Amino acid sequence: MKDIPEYEKDLASIRTMMERSAKFLSLSGLSGVLAGIYALIGAGAAYYLVQYPASLFDYRTYSIREGGTVLVLIFIAIVVLAASISTGLWFSNKKAKKSGLSLWSPTTRRLIVNISIPLVTGGIFILVMLYTGHFGLAAPASLIFYGLALIQGSANTYDEIRYLGFSEIILGLISAIYPGYGLIFWALGFGVLHIVYGAIMYNKYDK
Amino acid sequence: MKNPFDNLDKVLEHRVRLQIMSVLVTNDGYEFNSLKEMLGITDGNLASHIKALEREKYLSVSKSFVDRKPNTRYKITERGKNAFKKHLDALEAVVKQQR
Repeated sequence: MKDIPEYEKDLASIRTMMERSAKFLSLSGLSGVLAGIYALIGAGAAYYLVQYPASLFDYRTYSIREGGTVLVLIFIAIVVLAASISTGLWFSNKKAKKSGLSLWSPTTRRLIVNISIPLVTGGIFILVMLYTGHFGLAAPASLIFYGLALIQGSANTYDEIRYLGFSEIILGLISAIYPGYGLIFWALGFGVLHIVYGAIMYNKYDK
Repeated sequence: MKNPFDNLDKVLEHRVRLQIMSVLVTNDGYEFNSLKEMLGITDGNLASHIKALEREKYLSVSKSFVDRKPNTRYKITERGKNAFKKHLDALEAVVKQQR
């Protein structure tokens, strides 16, 4: 028979193990903030390349069909995405090492499979929309599918991701009512929301 | 009143075994190397505790080859789940009684 504090430690270790093995807790808030900053830079670049000198709030449907505009936007989106993913991986790897875990675990694998389903579906759907000339709803669709992916993945990571997912979906739906202002909503969803939630998570878990 | 200590499972009165059961009860199967990394213990240590749990039929073992490397997966059994839950209840009762 053991002492009572030992039994309390048993209970605590059960809780830690269950959480550790079910959730991907190496996600870093700082990488969320940085991803948001990249998105804002990307949105700024897109504005200068596509819309400038017209005001950001001017409604436009004309320029998007000209020349390589769509290709320029896709290129910017891919650069932002690649930068965000590599930053995320780098910070998560660092955080995982610090807590003696490896980044690649059964939990991470499950997380990736879970979020890939809405992400890949959304990605293909948006490409189809761009190909068939439905440009107006591409930005809302990207926010909505991203939000769905976050909610799907949130079971295997921090709870904040769930709320971030809901925020993205709501923003995406509002954005769908105002086609033509996609860039602003895109900057809010991928830029501002990432910075806000990244900062909350950094304060809560990384400090 | 019945002594809650009587409900504790002798086999599970070991932290490593409890941790193994915790991982298996939250996950649908786990392999040896991932388990080792999760718990941060040596091969030999993990193997001996797994053997003890296997003897009680608390977990089931399936061996296969992944990329020609042997891969051993463990799954918690119904019996293991019940034992774990019972032990957990007993632990809580023990701790509560002392407060």
